Amino acid sequence: MVALTKLRELYADMVTARRYEERLQEEYLEGKQPAFDISAGPIPGELHLAAGQEAAAVGVCHHLRPSDTVTAPHRPHHVAIAKGVDLKRMTAEIFGRETGLGKGKGGHMHLFDPDVNFACSGIIAQGCPPAAGAALAAKKRNEDAVAVAFLGEGAIDQGGFLESLNFASVHDLPVVFVVEDNDWAISMPKERVTDVEDGSKRADGFDMPGVRVDVDDAVAVYEAAGEAVGRARDRNGPTLLEVQVHRRMGHFMGDPQTYRSDADEEAALARDSIERLERELRDRGVDDAELNEVREDAETRVEEAISWAKEQPHPEPGAAHEDVFVNPPSGVTDSEPDFELAGVSGDE
Amino acid sequence: MTETQNLTLVQAVRDGLFTEMSADEDVVVLGEDVGKNGGVFRATEGLYDEFGGDRVIDTPLAESGIIGAAVGMAAMGMRPVPECQFSGFMYPGFDQIVSHMSRFRTRSRSRFTLPMTLRAPYGGGIRAPEHHSESKEAFYAHEAGLKVAIPSTPYDAKGMLISAIRDPDPVVFLEPKLIYRAFRGEVPEEDYEVPLGEAITRREGDDIAVFTWGAMTRPTMEAAESLAEEGIECEVVDLRTVSPLDREAIVEAFEKTGRAAVVHEAPKSGGLGAEITATIQEEALLYQEAPVKRITGFDVPFPLYALEDYYLPSAARVEAGVKEAVNFP
Repeated sequence: MVALTKLRELYADMVTARRYEERLQEEYLEGKQPAFDISAGPIPGELHLAAGQEAAAVGVCHHLRPSDTVTAPHRPHHVAIAKGVDLKRMTAEIFGRETGLGKGKGGHMHLFDPDVNFACSGIIAQGCPPAAGAALAAKKRNEDAVAVAFLGEGAIDQGGFLESLNFASVHDLPVVFVVEDNDWAISMPKERVTDVEDGSKRADGFDMPGVRVDVDDAVAVYEAAGEAVGRARDRNGPTLLEVQVHRRMGHFMGDPQTYRSDADEEAALARDSIERLERELRDRGVDDAELNEVREDAETRVEEAISWAKEQPHPEPGAAHEDVFVNPPSGVTDSEPDFELAGVSGDE
Repeated sequence: MTETQNLTLVQAVRDGLFTEMSADEDVVVLGEDVGKNGGVFRATEGLYDEFGGDRVIDTPLAESGIIGAAVGMAAMGMRPVPECQFSGFMYPGFDQIVSHMSRFRTRSRSRFTLPMTLRAPYGGGIRAPEHHSESKEAFYAHEAGLKVAIPSTPYDAKGMLISAIRDPDPVVFLEPKLIYRAFRGEVPEEDYEVPLGEAITRREGDDIAVFTWGAMTRPTMEAAESLAEEGIECEVVDLRTVSPLDREAIVEAFEKTGRAAVVHEAPKSGGLGAEITATIQEEALLYQEAPVKRITGFDVPFPLYALEDYYLPSAARVEAGVKEAVNFP
C-alpha cells in the first residue's frame, strides 16, 4: 500500500497542476475573444493544456530524482510541475519574459530546466530519442540515473518512438517510455488511428515489458511506475508504460472540438483522477480541512508564480541574438541590428 | 620535428576520431555499421577494436534514433560523434537536427549545450544515386545554431574534425566522398586544430576571386592553373566552413580583384553561392566590375550516373564561367 504521506504529495502536485492550467487558461483567453485572435493577450501563440492527465505525470515523476532526465511533449506543464521544474521561471517562460527558463524565447512547449534535467520537444515523439541518449550516457558513465520520455498515444505511430523502443531494448537502456493515452490524437479518436487498443502491447515487438494502467488513478500509476523506474534504476532494461488519462479540454486552447461529441467530453470530465484521489484520501482518514489546506497552498503557489511572471520584463530585442552559440562566430550577422528601425524595444 | 603520415582524406578523418577518442573518454561514435564493420567508407576502421563496442556503437538503421540519442548524450555532457552513412540518410533524422540539435541551447538560456558532431559523407561523383550524391549543405547552413564544416584536404579533415569534436556547439561535418581517396596528403601524427569559420586561400591571383569548398576545390584549382597559362590569375578561396561563412575573407578577396565566381555542386537556386553573392553586394558593391558568376549544379534532383559528369561543375565549366566574369562587359 502506498504511504499516506506519498498520497498527499501526489495530490498536492495534481491540484497544483490543475489549478495552474485553469489559471493559464484564464490568462491565455484574455483579449483573444470574441473572434479568436491567437496573437492577442498576455500569452500569445498556442497553449496546449494537459488537464485530466495529471495522474500519469505525478505517478511517474514521484519516483524520480533531479539527476533523472525527463523529456516531455508539447503538453508539458503537469510533467514539469511533477518533475520539480521551477514554477516561477517556467511561468515567466510561458508569458515570454526575460527571466523565463528560456529567456522568453522558447514558450510553453519548450521548457528546459537543467537543474532537474527536464526538456521538452514540441514535435510529438521526438523527445524519445534524446531520452534514450540520456539513458545511454548514464549507463556509459555508470551513474544510476534513469530517463523517462513522455508522449501521447497519438504519437506512438511516429518513427522516433518506435526507433527509440528498439534502441533502448537492444542496448538495455535505463529508460521508461510513458504513453499518456487521452483517447484523442488532435481530432482523431484512438480507434481510427490504430487497431491496437492497448498501446503497451507494442512493447512485445521489442521484447520489452509493456504495462497498461487502465484507469485514471494516480496511485495505480505510482505503483506501476515504481516497478518500471526500479527496473531501469537496477539496470534491468527499459519499460513501456501506457496510462489511461482523459482530455478535459481541446487539443489547444481555442479548439472548438467540433469533432467531439458532448457525451465523450462529459464522460471524460466524469472520470476525474483528482476526485478519485480525494476519495481515497478521505477513505484513509484525511478530512476536508486538510484537503482544503492542500488546495489553498496550491492556489497560493500558482498565484505567486503567475503574478511574479507578469511583473518580469520582456527580453530586450538584442536577446534574439544570444544563446545561439557558446562561442558566437563573427560574421554570422554582418551588421548591428537597428532596433529603432525595426520598431521594437524591450519594456520601456 | 613533427612526425607526419601520408594519408587519404578518409584516413585523416579516422585519424581525427582516433585522436579525440584517445584523449577524451566522453567522445563516442555511433551509427550504422560503424563498429565491427568499420563504417561503410572505413572512416571508423579499427576504432571498435581499439575502444570497444561501448564507445563505438553499432546502431539500428534509424537516423532519428541515432541523431536523437546523440542529442541526449550531448545534453548530459558527453561528446557524441554520430555518423550517417550518406548525407541523404540525414533526412529521417532531420527533425532531430533542426528541432533539437540546433536549438537546445537557445531554448535553455545557454544552459544545455550540445557538443556533438554529426558526420556524413556528402556530394557527388561516385556514380551513386541521388540521395547518395547530393549536396545539401545549404539546408544546414540555413539553420541557426549549427556550424557546417566541409574539409577539402586530408590535413584539414583531421584538424577540422578535432576542432568540431572539441567545439562546445553542434557541428554538421560533411565529408566530400568523391575525394575520400582521390589523393594523399601529409597529416601530422599529433593532434592539432584547424579552426572552424576560417577560409584559406589556395592560390593567389589578381584577376578574379573564385570561392569554393569540398570536392569542387580540385576542378577549381585545375581550371585556375589552366587559366594562368592564358594570363588569367585566379585567387582561389576554399571556404572550408560554410556556416559561419568567413565573410571577411570573401570581401577581402573580392576587393582585391573586383570580380568573383562561386563554384559549388549543389543546385544553383538557394545555394550558398547566392549568400556569397549577396555578401559581396552588401559589403563591396563599389569594387564590383562584373556580375558574380555562379558555376553550380542544376536545379534538378541529382541525376543518375550517366548524367553525373554533366551535372557536376567540371574544370572546363569553371574555366568558361571565370572567363565570362573576367571578360565582362
